[in-house]
Amino acid sequence: MKDPLSKTIVGIEPSGIRKFFDIVSEMKDAISLGVGEPDFDTPWHIREEGIYSLEKGRTFYTSNAGLKELKVEICKYLNRRLGVQYDYNHETIVTIGGSEAIDISLRAMLDPGDEVLIPQPCYVSYLPCVTLAGGKPVIIELKVENQFKLTKEQLLAAITDKTKVLILPFPNNPTGAIMEYDDLKEIAKVVEEKDIFVITDEIYSELTYGKKHVSIAEFPGMKERTILINGFSKSYAMTGWRLGYAVGPRNIIEQMVKIHQYAIMCAPTTSQYAAVEALRNGDSDVETMRNAYDMRRKYLINALHEMGLECFEPYGAFYVFPCIKSLGMTSDEFATKLLKEEKVAVVPGTAFGNCGEGFLRISYAYSIENLKIAMERIERFVTKIKK
Amino acid sequence: MGEKLREQILMAIDKNSKLTSKDLAAMLGSTEEEVEKTMKDLEAETIICGYPTLINWDKTESEKVTALIEVKVTPQRGQGFDKIAERIYKFDEVESVYLMSGGFDLTVMIEGKSMREVANFVSSKLAPMEAVLSTATHFVLKKYKEHGLPLVHEKSDERMLITP
Repeated sequence: MKDPLSKTIVGIEPSGIRKFFDIVSEMKDAISLGVGEPDFDTPWHIREEGIYSLEKGRTFYTSNAGLKELKVEICKYLNRRLGVQYDYNHETIVTIGGSEAIDISLRAMLDPGDEVLIPQPCYVSYLPCVTLAGGKPVIIELKVENQFKLTKEQLLAAITDKTKVLILPFPNNPTGAIMEYDDLKEIAKVVEEKDIFVITDEIYSELTYGKKHVSIAEFPGMKERTILINGFSKSYAMTGWRLGYAVGPRNIIEQMVKIHQYAIMCAPTTSQYAAVEALRNGDSDVETMRNAYDMRRKYLINALHEMGLECFEPYGAFYVFPCIKSLGMTSDEFATKLLKEEKVAVVPGTAFGNCGEGFLRISYAYSIENLKIAMERIERFVTKIKK
Repeated sequence: MGEKLREQILMAIDKNSKLTSKDLAAMLGSTEEEVEKTMKDLEAETIICGYPTLINWDKTESEKVTALIEVKVTPQRGQGFDKIAERIYKFDEVESVYLMSGGFDLTVMIEGKSMREVANFVSSKLAPMEAVLSTATHFVLKKYKEHGLPLVHEKSDERMLITP
């Protein structure tokens, strides 16, 4: 019998998180701080709108690129938040979560051999998606001394004649790092000079603390070379609804719609109606959740500092990324031992790239009560190691 | 900082008064002393009036009956509704009293051990007051949500334990 499998697919490594998930699932009473989704339920008025759309029998396909009302609301939102104007009709596509937007934007832009710059540590999908699209992933290793920001120097050093796309994953999962106005200004200059394109994944844009989120699309000349990806999962606690979007230059979006129409048809109709409500009336929900996350963030950083772990202050997403290098263990050893001895699950930094070695991702998408118990256990564990 | 910290403390303990001043200091990026002082001030100004616990008595052995009474009263010259409201809220049985707009004046929430106890209160204490014109008593059959917190169902964390 012939080998039924594609060599490309077999060659892709399964997510490092998977292995850990299997160990945690075995443990009944473990506290997990390993989740990458909000602990809040989708606000009721948004859920109710989804239910209402079902009651009304809105159970048909929408147009490929998405419901017109939703696309209009997305463009209004982006204009309100970033001051960037997009045409709902030609520059907007509604996707199955931000994940699909990552996939199809890469497929729409890459030819074999094209290089894509991926700053790590980062979300696990970019690298395999680049490979699947026939591109060549080129890793830029971000440094804790730069607060895990991408610097102009690092970018310049990674660009070659074959570089086509830079992925900008900020606010960042797993580090919580953000790029501020001055940081992005430098990057934008290089992008224009070197004539490359940007895919900016801003799924955590609503979750920044004390600092305003800035998008690279806001800079002059950048809208024309940027695909901006966002969605409803993190900001409105709508992970299970699977709804995201991408906006960008008409010629790229048109090709993305083409892939989307053949592979997906359209994003779930119920979710799209709920999302219209989220964008129209959800600002205060986002603020309530942001305030809650911010208190937990401060609480965690304080607790980690008190137990003597280094942790730079992250201003975005809902993760802290403490350094455990002083304890003389690898991330994997620490996480495995912590789970076995104190029954707390955290994710080793290495799950997000090799340069995550020596770090842990701790999520604060949990109640303060939960975090308190977990921090007590981690402190006990760290004290034991230090002895 | 002062005004902001006051507001932040109130928001944080509104649904969870169990948080210690150490926790609050960490959560709000302040110091324990500062938090304690601010809370003392808030107590002194009766902005914080107490730290009660939200109990679902229906799940315990003890029998409790809650009633909502619509009361029409004659406001008194110079004192409006405040005096009569005070005369009513001083009774231990009274859980809460609100001045209302619309078809009646005061909403009075009563908690008693039995329907008879509530009925006695209304007929012998509340209704005979000179300023009270009429009462309409409604008994609560089941409580679903109080102080922004649902009382009926507990939902466990259904998220997968580890996700990217």
